[in-house]
Amino acid sequence: MAISLEDVEHIAHLARLGISDDEKRTFREQLSAILEHMRTLTELDTSGIPPTAQVIPLRNVMRDDEVRPSLPREDVLRNAPDREGEFLRVPPVLD
Amino acid sequence: MARATYEPVIGLETHVQLQTKSKMFCACSADYAGAEPNTHVCPICMAMPGTLPVMNRRAVEYAFLTALALNCEIPEASKFDRKNYPYPDLMKGYQISQYDLPFSSHGHLTVDVDGESHRVGITRAHLEEDTAKLLHRRNGESTYSLIDVNRAGVPLLEIVSEPDIRTPAQARAYLQKLRLIVQTLGVSTGNMEEGAMRCDVNVSLRPIGSAAFGTKVEVKNLNSARSVQRALEYEIDRQTELLDRGERVIQETRGFDEDRGITVSQRSKEEAHDYRYFPEPDLPPVFISREWVEDLRGRLPELPDAKRDRYCEQFGLSRYDAVQLTSSVAVSSYFERAVAAYQKPKVLANWIHGELFRILNDTGIDLEASAATPQALVTVLGLLDAGTITQAVAKQVFEESVKTGADPERIVSQRGLTQIRDTAALEQAAADAIAENPQAVADYRAGKQQAIGFLTGQVMKATRGKANPTAVTEILRRRLDQG
Amino acid sequence: MEAYDLNIQEAREALRTGQISSVELTEAYLDRIARFDRSVQAFLAVTADRARSDARRADERIRAGEDGPLLGVPLALKDIFCTNGIETTCASRILKGFVPPFDATVVARLGAAGAVLLGKTNMDEFAMGSSTENSAFMSTRNPWDLERVPGGSSGGSAAAVAARMAAGAFGTDTGGSIRQPAALCGVVGIKPTYGRVSRYGVIAFASSLDQVGPFARTVADAATLLAAVAGSDPYDSTSLPNPVPDYQAAMGRDLHGVRVGVPDEYFVRGIEPGVEASVRQAIDTLAELGADVGPVSMGHTAYALATYYLIAPAEASANLARYDSVKYGYRAPGVTSTLDAYLRTRADGFGPEVKRRIMLGTYALSAGYYDAFYVKAQKVRTLIKADFDNAFADFDVLVAPTSPSVAFPLGAKTQDPLAMYLSDVCTLPVSLAGLPGLSMPCGLSDGLPVGLQIIGPALGEETIFRVAAAYERARGPFPAPSLS
Repeated sequence: MAISLEDVEHIAHLARLGISDDEKRTFREQLSAILEHMRTLTELDTSGIPPTAQVIPLRNVMRDDEVRPSLPREDVLRNAPDREGEFLRVPPVLD
Repeated sequence: MARATYEPVIGLETHVQLQTKSKMFCACSADYAGAEPNTHVCPICMAMPGTLPVMNRRAVEYAFLTALALNCEIPEASKFDRKNYPYPDLMKGYQISQYDLPFSSHGHLTVDVDGESHRVGITRAHLEEDTAKLLHRRNGESTYSLIDVNRAGVPLLEIVSEPDIRTPAQARAYLQKLRLIVQTLGVSTGNMEEGAMRCDVNVSLRPIGSAAFGTKVEVKNLNSARSVQRALEYEIDRQTELLDRGERVIQETRGFDEDRGITVSQRSKEEAHDYRYFPEPDLPPVFISREWVEDLRGRLPELPDAKRDRYCEQFGLSRYDAVQLTSSVAVSSYFERAVAAYQKPKVLANWIHGELFRILNDTGIDLEASAATPQALVTVLGLLDAGTITQAVAKQVFEESVKTGADPERIVSQRGLTQIRDTAALEQAAADAIAENPQAVADYRAGKQQAIGFLTGQVMKATRGKANPTAVTEILRRRLDQG
Repeated sequence: MEAYDLNIQEAREALRTGQISSVELTEAYLDRIARFDRSVQAFLAVTADRARSDARRADERIRAGEDGPLLGVPLALKDIFCTNGIETTCASRILKGFVPPFDATVVARLGAAGAVLLGKTNMDEFAMGSSTENSAFMSTRNPWDLERVPGGSSGGSAAAVAARMAAGAFGTDTGGSIRQPAALCGVVGIKPTYGRVSRYGVIAFASSLDQVGPFARTVADAATLLAAVAGSDPYDSTSLPNPVPDYQAAMGRDLHGVRVGVPDEYFVRGIEPGVEASVRQAIDTLAELGADVGPVSMGHTAYALATYYLIAPAEASANLARYDSVKYGYRAPGVTSTLDAYLRTRADGFGPEVKRRIMLGTYALSAGYYDAFYVKAQKVRTLIKADFDNAFADFDVLVAPTSPSVAFPLGAKTQDPLAMYLSDVCTLPVSLAGLPGLSMPCGLSDGLPVGLQIIGPALGEETIFRVAAAYERARGPFPAPSLS
């Protein structure tokens, strides 16, 4: 199943992946081949078959509304690529 | 074309922060107001690699209680879904929300506006998690943003109304009713100013009588029920003018500028999100037994509409009065404590929605934050009934007690506000008023009955309200008629 | 016999009787790592200081009279497990330098049991791969032939155990990432029933498929390792509440009355003759041991690959959205907006296979394709699971090859993603059904190990161990690769 370069660009944007033009071409080929293989699924009649929502038979897994200690702030911020004082810092959100 | 030919079609999407102790999917404290930034955060709510959500049972129960109070249907099974979109305030890059099997749907609530009752359908109410807080900063030329993760993961109930609202006043009333309900249930403060309740509105216009929908505009960033009303008023005007000029309304998102009272286009270059919803694999589904639902129904407190109807029946109040007295949890509590000590509910009703509301409005504080107590009102009314003070003085004393919390009896005695009983003093005051106001006297003698009211007013002024106006009027009439 | 030649049971015996201390045992492993890991490259990080302090503490506990199945035993962990205070990269540039402030539940349980952490092992980036060649940092070599892959994605852990650089190790299996490297490296590996072991703190690839499991030299060791970490976890809503049985008790029993199914479809077109011969010989051994062996048909097996490569990438595309340079991990230099930060960080930080799968998954979920791809795949998944449910009505376990080939040369499949995906055809269906599967060495083909896969029904680990242990006794000792 062939997908277009535009499709590749659109998906890459949805996934926020900044790919190069070369990568776009390569991915287009590779994804098309992979998706072609996926078409075998259309051979199967799945009408009336429910999708597997969960592979395990659990339900109603909940916890009591109790507070436990949070992380010390230093642990929250330690791995941050950028911070300012008590906050995480990011470049401007331009939209 | 006249404005009156268009009918507004309004729907509200409201996010209510649930007052659980811990967050929706982790055990961090959900009570982040006033907390230092990034101190209510754990690996789960900050989406560290490998972390997993665990459902807060109380949040689910609060969702059901609210659903029941909104007359919604609760399904046999429900689940969470991932709503995928990238934004710096969304830690996981997806929000755990609900898509096609929400916790409730098909409900309604009733709003009263100017004595008219209006039913607004509730399409659905579902649970999701709140995002982190983004704070925008400027450093000279450059801008950047700071993130406080405290709010991320706090449980939210998203309530979507049917587009059944027809006026800005109804929209405001809807929000107030919703707030009242969640407060009554104790599931949320519903306080819009604090962000515990947030609202986006959708509004379109269509020719009256048409069944088709016009182009919808979404307005966001509304901080109060009043802003919602103002924003809608402006937006309806704006769309009306466009349509009147033969132009089309553009489907877009607009923000509300509080200061200027206008809506402003926020059309961004971003196209509409493709959320790519799919069932949340980390959370098993929730199967809801009818026993569970009935158990929760049994835990519902008296809801506002039931309370309103009870006030009408039990206290013989008009629907208007009852609506006023049930307009907040604090007000109904105030009324019920007052009426337990003073068995004239109609009088109390008048004083509450007359005097009390006026005073609170003027001072800009809520009843809960004020110094008003039901006992103070009961005391004032007692003094009034006993003839110790006049109506005018009663109002003054009540106002002061609301503002300062001072005991009404103390105010009366300290400032010598008891009613003037001394007939001689009243006679003298009447004589003085007649002497000082010849024009009014002449008017009265010429047949203008209202001049007596003016003269009575003068006596009231001179006596600082302590004279009984009925007695004063009688004295004036007698003296004037006698020549 | 050297200290590192002791398997876990033997090591525990020696530790208990005071023949060796945990510190000595640990030093023996650290020394072996220092000598051989330059060639094998199993370890991304050797945590020597931590290992030594773990060992000292274990020795104290042993001296105090404590006796636990893993007390003082040196283990290696795939770098997918968050380890408190120790860098955890998932073999990705985007997490280089990330130091978690918490332990995965599995790590905490191993610590409580007194195990010794030797280091974090190499893997395919974000567990996406079948050869460990997708690691952003280095390739791991198969100890049996250093020009060949160890399999993936848990190649480092498998190689570490095969090369006797750890007494045991842990990895994860989403589509075969424990079983296939176990087969290619000639060790025992088990992917338990989905939900048997907590996923909390295990960096997520595909949430409905990921499972934690051990690598070991013997079946008994694998059971010991699994028992130490299995069991319900309040931090993982998908973990099963069922109590963990005594796996060792299951393993002494013979195979009389055990019904063993052999699914035709797993002997795929293109399976290496040497692999097929070795596996069939093992199946004959099971019959000789008294098992009731018979054929079974699993009609939807051929669709497992397409099903898996729609569901797993879809879930992964969401799980990897959090790598956005905001909270932790890599941020591309000089970015001027958050959009720029996302695009360039993820362009630089993710390798090509990861990007490919994110794109595939995003596509499968996107508007207009969700029903045709993702939902369709979930429906076929139901059919695949039904095949197993039907099979287990007539059989107690199923046996098959783990991988259609032995270890292939480095670089042999890296140019063709689909060819690489085909490495997992025998393991994928089991993952999709959430069922347990074990791989153990059953022979050599051209000098390279062949793996026998034993598949059980949900929570059927006891039966799997029973069959595996019986076969192991009959097969006799399996050689270790010689490293010079």
